[in-house]
Amino acid sequence: MTEKKNLKDIDHYLKSDGVDSEREKMIGQTIGYRYDVNLLPDYDRLTPFLAKYMEFMGWKDLNWLEDVHMGYEEGRAAVFDRNINGWVTVPPEIDLPDNQQDRDMIARELLIKFQMSETHPLVDLRKTYGKFI
Amino acid sequence: MAGLVKETPLKEEMRSELLKGRTQQRFFSSEEGEALEQPFAHPVNFESEAELDATNLSAREINEKIRELMLQGMGSIRLKNPGAKHSLAVGILNRLNLTIEGSLGYFGLGLIDGPNVVVEGRVGWSCGENMMAGTVVIKKNAGSTFGAALRGGDLVCHGDVGSRTGIDQKGGTIIVGGKTGAFSGFMMQRGRMIILGDSGQNLGDSMYDGTIYVGGSIESLGVDAVEEELTKEDVSWLNRKLSLYGLETQINLNQIKKIVSGKQLWNYDSLEPSEKKLVL
Repeated sequence: MTEKKNLKDIDHYLKSDGVDSEREKMIGQTIGYRYDVNLLPDYDRLTPFLAKYMEFMGWKDLNWLEDVHMGYEEGRAAVFDRNINGWVTVPPEIDLPDNQQDRDMIARELLIKFQMSETHPLVDLRKTYGKFI
Repeated sequence: MAGLVKETPLKEEMRSELLKGRTQQRFFSSEEGEALEQPFAHPVNFESEAELDATNLSAREINEKIRELMLQGMGSIRLKNPGAKHSLAVGILNRLNLTIEGSLGYFGLGLIDGPNVVVEGRVGWSCGENMMAGTVVIKKNAGSTFGAALRGGDLVCHGDVGSRTGIDQKGGTIIVGGKTGAFSGFMMQRGRMIILGDSGQNLGDSMYDGTIYVGGSIESLGVDAVEEELTKEDVSWLNRKLSLYGLETQINLNQIKKIVSGKQLWNYDSLEPSEKKLVL
């Protein structure tokens, strides 16, 4: 049976490798996600940039960004970018708030800015392999 | 299989190998701009409207015409006479308001990333398959595997849907105004599903994560799907989400049942990761 993790400490994955249970130690990796995938967003904490993005897209809520959370990899805050199938590390100079809801809003904003930039890997991939305009 | 058994113990360095699952390392840059769409997106204007009559066009021609209209800056397109053709309006990676006056065949609106679509008729199998973002609203009924492998966005059907709704769902929200068939939420990995009517057999079978909300009766739960207590955050989110599509008054939100993964199937192969290399 899967052991319940102690996620009361928001910095659990920043302070440790997250390999906690005997089973996890045996296989050498975390079982499950390193954040609560089912955490529903608190719209009172929406940032102005995210509100602008929603309006631009014609959406009345966060839409696909409801599934974006701040996760943790190798002791650092990071956001998973599904378009490159990898984690994007949050710069250490960004102060992390003391609650997951605010952290998630920062993660969403960072991810949008990254995905919309010219430096995103998808831009080059599309130039090289795109089938149509 | 006897030949695969190794008698020698594993080397220490193989035991301590960690699976990172990462193929590259990327960092956010403080120099990123504040663009709201991808560099390759077509800059469209929602105020610019166009009509497209699909009567004598093939599915490929219809999809090409939609792309051409977006290239011209049309942000609102009305597709007339779709004739229940298959694979219509797929692969739209752009913001767009698309209204379809009629019904779609199989695999309509697949692989879309961003548009807001209204289908005034019905849809066949696998509508919104692998959808990434945006909103899709079906005014009537939908076929089986509605929202298969959905990654993000809102996929809404005001009527009933077939079996295996949201099979392998990986994100986003599926809303069913009526009933749903057997094996809905099968192998769901994350995301949310709201079923306002009844659900068929084996709801949420083998779900790994994610949440299923059911307003009606549940014929049976699948393996490892368990009921959990509804929280006030759930009720608040449900009210907000359903009100976007005019469905909030259809049901008493406090009576909704919440189904989640029991996580009893979270078993990793005992051969992973190092021993596998020895036997394969």
